[in-house]
Amino acid sequence: MAPRTVNVINVSARRRILTFWERIYLPEIVRGLWLTARHFWVNLWRHALRAVGIKTSLPGAATFQYPEVRRPQAPRLRTLHRLVQRPDGSPRCVACMMCETVCPAFCIKIVAAEVVDPNIEKRPHSFDIDLGRCVFCGYCVEACPEDAIRMDTGIVEIGSMSRGGMILDMPTLLSLKSADEQAGKPVDFLQRRFVS
Amino acid sequence: MSFVIGAALGTTVFIIMFVLSLAGLLTWVERKQSAIMQDRIGANRAPILGLRLWGLFHIIADAVKMFTKEDFVPETPHRFLHAIAPVLAIFFALLSFAVIPFGNQITIAGHSIGLQVVDLNAGLLFIFAMMSVAVYGVVLAGWSSNNNYSLLGGIRASAQMISYEITIGLTLVGLLLVYQTLSLAQIVKAQGGLLWGFLPAWGIFFQPLGFLLFLTAGIAETKRIPFDLPEGESEIIGFFVEYSSMKFGMFMFADFIETVLIAALVTTFFFGGWQVPYLADSGFVFPWGSSWHLGMWMVEGMRVGAFILKVLSFCWLLMLIRWTLPRFRFDQLMHLGWKILLPLSLANTLATAAIVLWLGK
Repeated sequence: MAPRTVNVINVSARRRILTFWERIYLPEIVRGLWLTARHFWVNLWRHALRAVGIKTSLPGAATFQYPEVRRPQAPRLRTLHRLVQRPDGSPRCVACMMCETVCPAFCIKIVAAEVVDPNIEKRPHSFDIDLGRCVFCGYCVEACPEDAIRMDTGIVEIGSMSRGGMILDMPTLLSLKSADEQAGKPVDFLQRRFVS
Repeated sequence: MSFVIGAALGTTVFIIMFVLSLAGLLTWVERKQSAIMQDRIGANRAPILGLRLWGLFHIIADAVKMFTKEDFVPETPHRFLHAIAPVLAIFFALLSFAVIPFGNQITIAGHSIGLQVVDLNAGLLFIFAMMSVAVYGVVLAGWSSNNNYSLLGGIRASAQMISYEITIGLTLVGLLLVYQTLSLAQIVKAQGGLLWGFLPAWGIFFQPLGFLLFLTAGIAETKRIPFDLPEGESEIIGFFVEYSSMKFGMFMFADFIETVLIAALVTTFFFGGWQVPYLADSGFVFPWGSSWHLGMWMVEGMRVGAFILKVLSFCWLLMLIRWTLPRFRFDQLMHLGWKILLPLSLANTLATAAIVLWLGK
């Protein structure tokens, strides 16, 4: 009977055999030091050029100076939620509870109320989002059949000194504007199409 | 007599001020240099009246923070040792600077003053002793904290110091063989000549391997990356895990002082100390025969400046190494210390001794 073959991972075959110069370590250290030192002097030179007022397109650093300079956001970035308004200012939400049901973090609380308009099934009496629990998955936006909740405000700095402060209520959510609107750009076609 | 005391005080104040301010500056250099090496900007958010000055005020901000934090002392039967450990760490590091010459000598009103706190005729041994005793601060901190992690840090520190002290001692033997003196002032003076008529007779040309060994073991003495096993921030945090407030700050500061010390020692032993190439007491004497006469103050100023410049360059190099290399594993550390550095330093000593004997010095 042939000997049973066992799955053995041959580690030494995968590992690259080091050459003599790599094994004595010193030339590789010098190579590494050369790399970091080159970064140091090149960046220092660029910083110095900028400090004396010479404009160069070459940045001395790859970072953004955050509070003053912000990274550009992708249009599809999921940011703070907002509730979309109808032309009369009332929420577009019909309190169908789709978002509350789909939410994996259980952070949406809707209390529904009746409405006289026969074209609208219900309206939200209150609509709270607990941002302390929200995981920003965007499922609520996908689930909404009325396009009433969006995550396009561009607001990423969300914080509060208390847990209660992390809960946003309906008037707050309705008052938020999309990032495009804040920037004075024309609102996107989707919003115009459903205005009726 | 009062003149002698005044001269001693003056040199002491100069070297203490130089070392402490340079060590303080190194906290800023460390942040900024690492940032620029890694394509970042670095600390720049401590403005005074809107003036940022490339983050230089972070030194002050750090000091204010350190002094105003709670000084937590763990439940330990060794409160005194716990309190004295950071003092020891910083004290012995500072004491080593006493024998390092930062200039030749100046003459004021007929008195000549050596630009060195004390010209010990056993300076080399003094340096070696101070570097050995410096580990006591770390070991006592690890032991008296009543914490397993700090104890581990202390044990690692003592093991590492023992392994690398031998290399330092043996490279110093090589220097002793070349210069035939233990006085640091004499060693620096001996490096003033020329080799083959044009090359400054600096120690690195006599002891190139000794320089590499001393630098490696010296970095190990400073307990910074790649030899930061006693600290090991990502695994055991280290011997100062139970220290807070300025006591922790003193350990941190001792690291920077040791960095300056290693830079100063490498400068003194291997790069001519305060020697400027072709600069004699009377001025420049170039190997092609021309000379340029300079006054005593000019010459001594240039020499002190050269010493400071060399120390600064080595501080920069040590920072570069600290922010480039990863940490050794403990077995790699011991392997490097006992199986590579020790035989190499022994061979270096032997070869130096043979050559010195052969040249019949």
